[in-house]
Amino acid sequence: MDSPAVSVKNLTLRYGDTLALNDLSFDVPHGELLGFIGPDGAGKTTLFRVLTTLLVPTHGSAQVDGLDVVKDYRQIRNNIGYMPGRFSLYQDLSVEENLTFFATIFGTTIRENYDLIKDIYSQIEPFKNRKAGQLSGGMKQKLALSCALIHKPGILFLDEPTTGVDAVSRREFWEMLKRLQAGDITILVSTPYMDEAVLCDRVALIQNGRIMKITTPANVIASYPYSLFSVKADDIYGLLKALRDYPGIHRADAFGQTVHLSFNKDEFREAALLDYLKEKGIEPAGIREIKATIEDCFMDLMGKEEG
Amino acid sequence: MNRFWAFVTKEFYHIIRDYRTLLILFGLPAIQLLLFGYVITNEIKDAKIAIYDPSKDVVTRKISDKILSSGYFILERNLSHVSEAGDAFRYGEVNLVLVYEPDFAQKLEKTGKAHIQIIGDASDPNTANMLVNYASGIINNYLISINSEKLPYQIIPEVRMMYNGELKGVFMFVPGLMAMLLTLISALMTSLAITKEKELGTMELLLVSPLRPGQIIIGKVFPYVFLAFIDAIIIIIIGNTVFGVPVRGSVFLLLAESLLYICMALSLGILISSITSSQQIAMMISLVALMLPTILLSGFIFPIENMPWILQVLCYMMPPKYFISIIKSIMLQGNSLVFVWKETLVVIGFTTVFLVMSVKKFNVRLA
Amino acid sequence: MREPENIIVVKDLVKKFGDFVANDHLTFEVRKGEIFGFLGANGAGKTTAIKILCGLWYPTSGKMSVAGYDIYTQREKVKRNIGYMSQKFSLYDDLTVFENIRFYGGIYGLKKKAINERAWSLMKRLDLEDARDKLIRDIPLGWKQKLAFSVALLHNPKVVFLDEPTGGVDPITRRQFWNMIYESARSGITVFVTTHYMDEAEYCDRVSIMVDGRIAALDTPENLKQQFHSATMNDVFIQLVRSK
Repeated sequence: MDSPAVSVKNLTLRYGDTLALNDLSFDVPHGELLGFIGPDGAGKTTLFRVLTTLLVPTHGSAQVDGLDVVKDYRQIRNNIGYMPGRFSLYQDLSVEENLTFFATIFGTTIRENYDLIKDIYSQIEPFKNRKAGQLSGGMKQKLALSCALIHKPGILFLDEPTTGVDAVSRREFWEMLKRLQAGDITILVSTPYMDEAVLCDRVALIQNGRIMKITTPANVIASYPYSLFSVKADDIYGLLKALRDYPGIHRADAFGQTVHLSFNKDEFREAALLDYLKEKGIEPAGIREIKATIEDCFMDLMGKEEG
Repeated sequence: MNRFWAFVTKEFYHIIRDYRTLLILFGLPAIQLLLFGYVITNEIKDAKIAIYDPSKDVVTRKISDKILSSGYFILERNLSHVSEAGDAFRYGEVNLVLVYEPDFAQKLEKTGKAHIQIIGDASDPNTANMLVNYASGIINNYLISINSEKLPYQIIPEVRMMYNGELKGVFMFVPGLMAMLLTLISALMTSLAITKEKELGTMELLLVSPLRPGQIIIGKVFPYVFLAFIDAIIIIIIGNTVFGVPVRGSVFLLLAESLLYICMALSLGILISSITSSQQIAMMISLVALMLPTILLSGFIFPIENMPWILQVLCYMMPPKYFISIIKSIMLQGNSLVFVWKETLVVIGFTTVFLVMSVKKFNVRLA
Repeated sequence: MREPENIIVVKDLVKKFGDFVANDHLTFEVRKGEIFGFLGANGAGKTTAIKILCGLWYPTSGKMSVAGYDIYTQREKVKRNIGYMSQKFSLYDDLTVFENIRFYGGIYGLKKKAINERAWSLMKRLDLEDARDKLIRDIPLGWKQKLAFSVALLHNPKVVFLDEPTGGVDPITRRQFWNMIYESARSGITVFVTTHYMDEAEYCDRVSIMVDGRIAALDTPENLKQQFHSATMNDVFIQLVRSK
């Protein structure tokens, strides 16, 4: 257990002209829950496919449990669990048939590792004779996770497990991940939902094949370099339009029924802003300074990346 | 072994739960066979025949009797000269003309060889083919019956096609159809089954598991060996009971050769699936690249001897050609392995090459 | 002020599949020019309701009209007056930007000249003029989404149904997309939208939350948050779905 669970060095993967992964380097210690946060097309799936030995990198190297993803792919495959982004189970097989199948091809049985999946599987067990294709989104996910866990992998790769899943199922899913992590499994998970970032030990903000930042959620927020204010108004759209032209402003983004405004530290003058808005015929319902969210940080980094 | 059976069980579930596949697997052979059989047998009941028999001896009469009592032919007239054959055809009076050489029995007795000419009306090539084949079949049978008593005799049927040159053709449709259906079912079904996993994304999970490529391939293919084998039996049984196609040779050998051919077709299916990623493309390749050659270039419908040399070369590269001649030989001529070992070796060769290529081509990764 | 016209009127909508009740007596109205958020857990019956309102399925019972036309008897008119965009399918990947626009204009019976005019103004608005001849599969997801939305509005529908339009999109593009929704709503188009992003629920004028085939709550985000003593729509949603 000397080597980290995952170790990536200068990893680059090119499809034709596009750099799907652009010079990534990072280590994941054993037992960590690491989240890859970024939109579709950022490179999350490609990265997971390299780490699960499905793709060969163009440059650089990646190790899983100290084993090289290119040379030692066979050993790696014995010790990892993978849940691909698309629901990839046999829709015409029942819940139980799917799980039995995956248990058997990994040379184990449901009973042998039942303890590990009990927590998750017991929720869908009442439907074990139902075809996987007829399950709801949340249940499909639990089944897919059970299948990925059934052989007791040391490292779990979950590619966008919560996409298209409602907020409640998402929360339950993360609670399950936390319990798994407590059972000493290293988990790498990707998601397009920024609000899930705070649930990870560390997050990697990923965009256009590059990791913009990899650190703890608290550090991401602490290193946000601006003063951030939340402005409330009835007409968010009008407020946004007006604020875009306000001098000295860094970003103005809608957040629900408020607008987040960022300024260079100590450059914000509330009175000046209120006057400006009044001129435009807008009376904001309140302005207060707030702490940045991961989403604010992501947009800031993304805006800088692009130009 | 456990893993293997888990795979096979899963594969059977897929097949059983998809009634369309089942229909194709078992409905298609029966329907095709009945369709072909009906269309073809319809044509050859009571075909009109003219005979020119200058020798009029025991042997020629015996042969004519055999032909006329077969149920396929009715004697329209006896010709007084060979040249009347042309008119008989032209006026549509007859479909087939039989010409014995003079002193037929004498020549057979003295030299052990005698010639008979079977002339077909090749303006309708398929019927002509069938009739010529039937007539030569009957003559062959007769020959076998007299050979068992005395020294080996040879009656050499010389086939001539009028109005369409030299057209030698299929003996019967069952061997050809069997080759076609086994190719279709085995190659198409396996290539679809494997590409389906790629499309669904489940191949990704199988690859990430410790299964080896060979295990994945054999697990996927095994059920189809079984199913295609059942199909082969269905075809033989329908051919035999409905259309009276004989199995003169060893049934065991016939089934063993069918099994071998199924394995060949399956390995071809695997090869197709390992170079394609969508079911649609796999289907196109199977249909265009397998079905058409099986029909056109195997001697099933068009006689190979008549093709330009370049196509003939192609024909020799087509596995179904060998399979068709193997089963024809076993079913119709009652031959044993001694007569078909060369063809058998060729099919084994094809199987090995395809298998090795597909295992090599099978990607242990996604790209 | 005059009572705003109700562009969607649903009364006692019931849809059953065998014994399973997918929609259980839904009753609600959507006002003209409103952004109406249609939320619910997976399998709560949202998609079923949308398909019925778009005229793709018949309901088991209930009275409904969309854009003033009856769902049972005036399906063709309903379809002519609605636009639809889903995350899963909207544009043809193997056609170019322009070809897609032309195709959708064509199926709604627009004249060639009108299609060309609208195509140009649309591409100009989205800054896609240079990408006119690019295949859809070669342009970024964010552009696709914006284009799909614009195409759904090409025939000037009165209502547009958006089924998870922003799934998987980066946060900046997501906001740009909502800007487009705002603009459309301001020009009088009614927007009926589903989403799993709860912050997006707060951008809606009113929100309905479906639980097990019923509408468990329907109000402005502000009122809902007060009613459930929650700071965010996420908490409202979780309370409602968990209490079932």
